[in-house]
Amino acid sequence: MHPILKFVAQRIALGLVLLLAASVLIFAGTQILPGDVAQSILGQSATETALANLRAELGLNEPVVSRYFAWLGGALQGDLGTALTNGQDIADAMSRRLGNTLFLAGWAALISVPLAIILGLIAVRYNGRWPDRLISAVTLATVSVPEFLLGYIVMFYLAVQFRWFPSVSTVYDGMTLGAKLNAIALPVMVLVMVVLGHMMRMTRAAILNVMQSAYVETAELKGLRPFTIIWKHAFPNAIAPVVNVVMLNMAYLVVGVVVVEVVFVYPGMGQYLVDHVAKRDVPVVQACGLVFAAIYIGFNILADVIAIVANPRLRHPR
Amino acid sequence: MNDDEIVPVSHVAEGETLLEITGLRIEATAYPPGEPPQEIVIVDGVSLSLKKGKVLGLIGESGAGKSTIGLSSMAYGRGGVRLTAGDIVLNGQEIRAAGPGVLRRLRGKVVTYVAQSAAASFNPSRKLMDQVIETTVAARGVSRSQAEARAVTLFRKLGLPDPERIGKRYPHQVSGGQLQRVMTAMALCPEPELVIFDEPTTALDVTTQIDVLAAIKEAIADTGVAALYITHDLAVVAQVSDEIMVLRHGKMVEHGTTDQIINAPRENYTRDLVSVRSIDHEEKAPVGETVLKVEGITARYSGLKRDILSDVSVALHPGQTLAVVGESGSGKSTLARVITGLLPPSAGKVTFSGRELSPALNGRSRDDLRELQMIYQMADVAMNPRQTVKTIIGRPLEFYFGMKGKQRDARVAELLEEIELGQGFADRYPAELSGGQKQRVCIARALAAEPKVIICDEVTSALDPLVADGILKLLLKLQREEDVAYLFITHDIATVRAIADSIAVMYQGKVQRYGPKSEVLAPPFDAYTDLLLSSVPEMRLGWLEEVVENRRMESAGH
Amino acid sequence: MMRIPLSALIGLILTSVYFLAAIFAGWLAPYGMAEVVGDVWEPSSAEHWLGTDSIGRDLLTRMIYGGQITIFVATAATILSFVTGSILGFTAAVAGGWVDQALSRMVDLIMSIPALIFALVVLSVMPVTMPVLIAVMGLIESTRVFRLSRAVAADIVVMDYVEAARLRGEGSAWVIFREILPNALSPLVAEAGLRFIFMVLFISTLSFLGLGVQPPLADWGGIVKENKEGIVYGIAAALYPAVAIATLAISVNLVADWILNRTTSLKGGRG
Repeated sequence: MHPILKFVAQRIALGLVLLLAASVLIFAGTQILPGDVAQSILGQSATETALANLRAELGLNEPVVSRYFAWLGGALQGDLGTALTNGQDIADAMSRRLGNTLFLAGWAALISVPLAIILGLIAVRYNGRWPDRLISAVTLATVSVPEFLLGYIVMFYLAVQFRWFPSVSTVYDGMTLGAKLNAIALPVMVLVMVVLGHMMRMTRAAILNVMQSAYVETAELKGLRPFTIIWKHAFPNAIAPVVNVVMLNMAYLVVGVVVVEVVFVYPGMGQYLVDHVAKRDVPVVQACGLVFAAIYIGFNILADVIAIVANPRLRHPR
Repeated sequence: MNDDEIVPVSHVAEGETLLEITGLRIEATAYPPGEPPQEIVIVDGVSLSLKKGKVLGLIGESGAGKSTIGLSSMAYGRGGVRLTAGDIVLNGQEIRAAGPGVLRRLRGKVVTYVAQSAAASFNPSRKLMDQVIETTVAARGVSRSQAEARAVTLFRKLGLPDPERIGKRYPHQVSGGQLQRVMTAMALCPEPELVIFDEPTTALDVTTQIDVLAAIKEAIADTGVAALYITHDLAVVAQVSDEIMVLRHGKMVEHGTTDQIINAPRENYTRDLVSVRSIDHEEKAPVGETVLKVEGITARYSGLKRDILSDVSVALHPGQTLAVVGESGSGKSTLARVITGLLPPSAGKVTFSGRELSPALNGRSRDDLRELQMIYQMADVAMNPRQTVKTIIGRPLEFYFGMKGKQRDARVAELLEEIELGQGFADRYPAELSGGQKQRVCIARALAAEPKVIICDEVTSALDPLVADGILKLLLKLQREEDVAYLFITHDIATVRAIADSIAVMYQGKVQRYGPKSEVLAPPFDAYTDLLLSSVPEMRLGWLEEVVENRRMESAGH
Repeated sequence: MMRIPLSALIGLILTSVYFLAAIFAGWLAPYGMAEVVGDVWEPSSAEHWLGTDSIGRDLLTRMIYGGQITIFVATAATILSFVTGSILGFTAAVAGGWVDQALSRMVDLIMSIPALIFALVVLSVMPVTMPVLIAVMGLIESTRVFRLSRAVAADIVVMDYVEAARLRGEGSAWVIFREILPNALSPLVAEAGLRFIFMVLFISTLSFLGLGVQPPLADWGGIVKENKEGIVYGIAAALYPAVAIATLAISVNLVADWILNRTTSLKGGRG
């Protein structure tokens, strides 16, 4: 087997182990901690009988380990259980919301990734001069600003004052694509601003690192045209770090989406998770946590695999 | 696309001037922390001229501006350096203020460059052949197959193994010495008029250096190209250049033929450079009991499959110097780690002043530790940057002798005098010292413990030759005064000649040859010692040819 | 005397203003925290500089007390994350071997779940009180501190001067406190600034989502939540606390940046 396949297989296996461990952590986080789920659902005034009934209903009297395996076995078959609050099937309720979230995050990625790379390149091109400094100042600002502030600022001006977009992002089946895009314009805008700063700064650092390497100087001393230098000598070595940056920020986007959905009352995973945390609906919280962790770990695996594949030392071993 | 037009191979006939630099001034902007930016002059008023087919050596210590001058012949300023005044005329054309189009036609075609670190200078994600023939194909209008054929010819000429196929490899698949030759081939492939060699052998082991040097010299002669050869090592440059220019602090000190510079230097600074490493040291005969005895040491790092040291035995007498000499990977620094207790050996024992030392550090008494001190190669990282010189030297006094306050400060002052630094240095931080001064403070720290033995691990190899010379003289003086013994680890035979009483030559983890200096350095030699000794550049003309002619053993082919 | 760059100076001044306001909130606030003093969402006036909130409380008063809570929770969580993270990080670096492996893998695992999601999962079963919030945030963030302090210490442990100290026979106390710590301090101080910002954003986000500081108390995030309905009617009350969060974060960031720059220039500096 080619060594690179071995590395990739190892990394994916490691990722799956990590996901498994994460599922243990999520389960343990909701089961072993000193809170009593039944108590917190029913409140302090609940009678002892009611509590006992609920505990039995939730299977809380079973040993923790067997509950975990029952939960994990179900999750692997697509059965995430039913919500405590309304008895709905979680997988059903989640599938449409997950689609909505991916739609929102996908558009945010589609806009932010090229924009971040282009701005990162501009910052490198004018390294140390005013466009670079402007970009790093904006980055500092966006990194320090909470997502909900950005959300309410754009809502306050673009939706309320100028009435360009709706202030609440309602999407439902049967909407045209244009109408959907109009509905998510503001949340997409906020998400782009949230990830742009990080992505731009990291892209700039990655490309700068390559441009300052000795082999790029060699290419300059060969009298190659700037385009050739970038295309043949800088670009192949910059792919891996830049893709890595993009992937890490996609993982970051997954989290940013939670707050943005709440701000714009968007029917996605984030909203679903937050609602059910407030209602202490543990099965839903577990399921959402697992899905978010899986996506996050997935992006991290992808970033590492791309870095492995793009490394000439691993691709062409001695 | 005027970049792609065919550049005539030569405008200039043999013996005519190819490069003429007059009154060159190079400046840069420095940004000292917490202060406003300052303009600094790196090169000032340097003039030189180079005829076709000739080699000019540029020599000087670090900071002399030699690389900067070399790159100026391509009108290139590295790291924001600006060529602010003077004329650079190449092939009759002024290039200092030339536009980017003109420079592109020049660089990589008419003038090419060989860097010190070929390993960093090759693009890691492209095959060597693609990089070697890149400008040849683009600018000379040569077909790819013709260019490859020329590259293979050059690979063969430069003595690379498997010249037909080495071009298909990636940079990381080739060793450092080979990569340096591939880079030379890359520079010669487009049939340039001028090649700039910027310390091309400095990073290589001494036995590898000689092969690369011989290959470069032959390639220069065969192709009739002119060259600027930049190095800090006068003995190396003497082998390859027709003329030598000595530089210091960005100014010319002396310029003459190689013969004149080596044999009849006019300036004091040049005389110092020529006579460096000519310390006279009488070998002392072994007397009395050994102070340090290493017997049958075998050691390896955990996780490694082979021994780094196998069955090493050497001994050191009081007040004397044992030089342990070898190339990278010979195990000489590992020997120091075993002796100090950082790496417990798998077999063998270390005896110190008649008592057997515990193999591991934490089993040794405070006196064992005190009497065996160590000085490191990189003085920079051997001192805590947050401690003043007073704390650094004072700590062993406090720790071993319980000295405090005035008594300690007085002793620190004494030690500073001994290492030829004034008392004013006591309150400085390491960052405020020069390289040589740092190493002196490290010596004082070792002396403060009043040791019987000091292990010196490559203590002069990071320093400029004249500074290194000063350190060696200081060490010899201290040995006379304090009667301390040195275990001196080095890769540099010249240093060994200067200070050793006895020598151990190490090769692949074994002691190859061991005895008093006069015996070890006298024939008959074993094959490796012969190779090692003969590879050390000597400061005379024609040395390189003699050695290549007379060698018995090939170097490891690095 | 060192020259302080303008940006760092602005950062220092703003940061001190916020901290002083938090400490002296009781003296500074014109009205009571929960006191209803006017109509719903009154515009700003001489009596109410920032107007009133969704149920007629003085917004400036709420902001001052909210700042106190935000800064208190963030500071406490930062201290907790630093104490836990740096002690474990240094231990891992100095001890090496299986101790390092076990701690590092554990941290990898916790960091494989996004911090906010992990906090939400835990808060779904824990009572949402201030000590619980501080503990949850501090422990989750201690993983980041662990990574940094382990990396910084691991870089220093291999330095020749640490080896020299060991060869001299110095004990671990001297090695850790005299050789390693002075060289690790500046990056850790800068990191403390960044962690504090992150804690401010973290607690604000949790409160905004309704899962942080619970009414009648409110931190800045909570005040945003209380007044967010106003946005749709063109009332900017929710923006003030949000702007306060952002300016506090930016000022601390400016200070941290300056400290970090000073450190790197110290390292590279040659006299």
